[in-house]
Amino acid sequence: MKKLFSLLTALLLVFLAACSSGTSNGDGGSKKGTTEIDFYFPVAVGGDVAKIVDNLVADFEKENPDIKVNARYGGSYSETMTQVMAAVQGGNPPELAVLFSIDLFTLRENDVIEEMTPLFDKKYFDDFYGAFMANSKVGDKVWSLPFQRSTIVLYYNKDAFKKAGLNPDAPPKTWDELVDYGKKLTVNGGKDQWGLEIPSTGYQYWMTQALALQTEKNIMSEDGKKTYFNAPYTKEALQFYLDLSKKHKVMPEGTIEWATVPSDFLSGRTAMMYHTTGNLTNVKTNANFDFGVAYLPANNQYGSPTGGGNIYMFKGVPKENKKAAIKFMKFLTEPERVAQWSIDTGYVATRKSAYETDKLKKYVSDFPQAVIAREQLEYADSELATYQNGEVQKIFNDAIQAVLTGKSSVDESLDKAQKDAEKVLKPFQD
Amino acid sequence: MNNTPETYKKAAMLNHAPVTKNRKKLRSGSNQNMFAYFLLLPSFIFLSLFTFYPTLKSVYLSFYSGPMTRLEFSGLDQYKDVLSDEIFRKVILNNILFIIGTVPASLFLAMYLAIWLNKKMAGSALLRTSFFYPTIIPLIAVANIWLFIYTPQYGLLAKFLQGIGAHGPNWLGSQSTVMIAMILMIIWKDTGFYMIFYLAGLQNLPKDVYESAMIEGAKPFQMFRYITFPLLMPTTLFVMIVAITNAFKNVDHLYIMTKGGPDNASNLLLYHIYEAAFTNWDLGKAAVLTVVLIAVLLSITAFNYLFLDKKIHY
Repeated sequence: MKKLFSLLTALLLVFLAACSSGTSNGDGGSKKGTTEIDFYFPVAVGGDVAKIVDNLVADFEKENPDIKVNARYGGSYSETMTQVMAAVQGGNPPELAVLFSIDLFTLRENDVIEEMTPLFDKKYFDDFYGAFMANSKVGDKVWSLPFQRSTIVLYYNKDAFKKAGLNPDAPPKTWDELVDYGKKLTVNGGKDQWGLEIPSTGYQYWMTQALALQTEKNIMSEDGKKTYFNAPYTKEALQFYLDLSKKHKVMPEGTIEWATVPSDFLSGRTAMMYHTTGNLTNVKTNANFDFGVAYLPANNQYGSPTGGGNIYMFKGVPKENKKAAIKFMKFLTEPERVAQWSIDTGYVATRKSAYETDKLKKYVSDFPQAVIAREQLEYADSELATYQNGEVQKIFNDAIQAVLTGKSSVDESLDKAQKDAEKVLKPFQD
Repeated sequence: MNNTPETYKKAAMLNHAPVTKNRKKLRSGSNQNMFAYFLLLPSFIFLSLFTFYPTLKSVYLSFYSGPMTRLEFSGLDQYKDVLSDEIFRKVILNNILFIIGTVPASLFLAMYLAIWLNKKMAGSALLRTSFFYPTIIPLIAVANIWLFIYTPQYGLLAKFLQGIGAHGPNWLGSQSTVMIAMILMIIWKDTGFYMIFYLAGLQNLPKDVYESAMIEGAKPFQMFRYITFPLLMPTTLFVMIVAITNAFKNVDHLYIMTKGGPDNASNLLLYHIYEAAFTNWDLGKAAVLTVVLIAVLLSITAFNYLFLDKKIHY
């Protein structure tokens, strides 16, 4: 009996010990001259991003034998964010993480990221495209480095254009043309083919932002403390979003699922779509027709928000690790690597000098569609980012869907959204 | 274990002084209890770590608000905010609708299928398997399949409706149909699971009652109404608890299919908690919502076991 007791106790102790030792491994303490840093990254688009990152890490470690990088693949953006926040709360922050560029204010609010302005010189920052840096900066201070960035472009099916008697090399340039072309491209009331699809689940705020930018300007202030959800130009934008289906009948009614839009385009069920450049490689590999990529059509001007992820550096890590982390960031953003990253993933290269590398020059001349997104950057602006970003985004997203599903009018819905957003942002007003 | 000679020996050794029968029973009993508690210890540790501690921590956190790294005590204010929140009310209403939609229908179907498949007939094993198989598929996979069933224009359902000349709505994209679409999918997925419990329940029913009913000339429906249904009540109670709690737990599909939309039309409590905690990083609010969820689940279970249980004839 006694034996049994002690055996059980021993087993229990061993078990508990095993449990507790499991957690104490991962932190990046320095041992025997090598510095270990943690690097969390998400995989948001197709392509073998995890493998590409592993290769990058291997190259870096070869160049810097005294640094060991623990690349941690965190799943989707939000899963990665969850893991990073959990690590930070557990008192074991990673050195680096790639997170949504729009998480900036959430991370600032929690006071967990390191300012980057003093870490690099101005020339280095200036080489990044301004539209991408917009989500990294608050005032003059830089808080993150653009890494895997995207923007919205218009994809169109050239074969469908030909069939409808349209010039396949002249995509619509204005909203009027978009509607006009859309009508010509809608076959049998949409049963056989729709003229256009703008997705409206998950990222409808992003799409509405594009339409607002084309009308006048962005829907929030740069410091992330104000939103302009019920400004006249935002209302005009959302009205157009709705009119495309309700009035002009060139787009399906109700909400359109983000994930099925590319497959609709690839299977010829819609002749045009608004989607992220992150899908370029997917469309390129899978389209069995000739397709074009173009600027989003303008209302009063061209415009599109950027999107995607930036590299953040976290507070509360030893000085030695910080140095190693800076080295790794520099390594990741070298023009050659940025160019290769863009070719492999379809993301827009974040630095001007990347487009001067032979690699990217050659790629672009073989595949001119890839350069549209970069050219459109001139008219691009930052993605919706505010304090309490998740909640503000949800408020706006819900309002858009309420309009698109016909539950409430544009005025009513956006006025309410603005009121709700103001309430959420109230604690942050000076 | 408590019948081993060793236990007896030990009990005898502890009780070498002559004692009254009652006391003897008590002492050896507490000794045995100790051993039982010791055996329960591992699972108790895990329950504490992963259930009791998080529960208590949620209650604690629910009185705090603010950004994650700088939480401040706010007392009951946050409860007030949440309870007057429009989205919260909508989510609770949705959950009630979801329960009303899924539980009775899937229970009824499960019982019907079980009674039908309980008969010995050709192919009943195959049929049982085919009704059970949706249960084996993870909800995430199911959601991905049904996403394409519900897709407008070329989804399976749309194609079928076109075949009979009807024009289906945008099932997941319209506020009036999205809940129905979800409910149908969950019924499809869960019925087979509940059917298995009913099959097991049916197999334990006494045969002689049916024989005498048959001699008395009872009709099949009478047999069901007065014999099968009452005798299956314990199973029904159990399945009902599982089904109702499932209606609160099953939200994986929302992540794939609608993200709770359009405009919260399909949002459920647990998914709302997920949103509050992991997209808004509002831990305080998420904790309040969690406390609400725990309270709801506990009261459902308590109602079932303390009240309904007594009304059921075992």
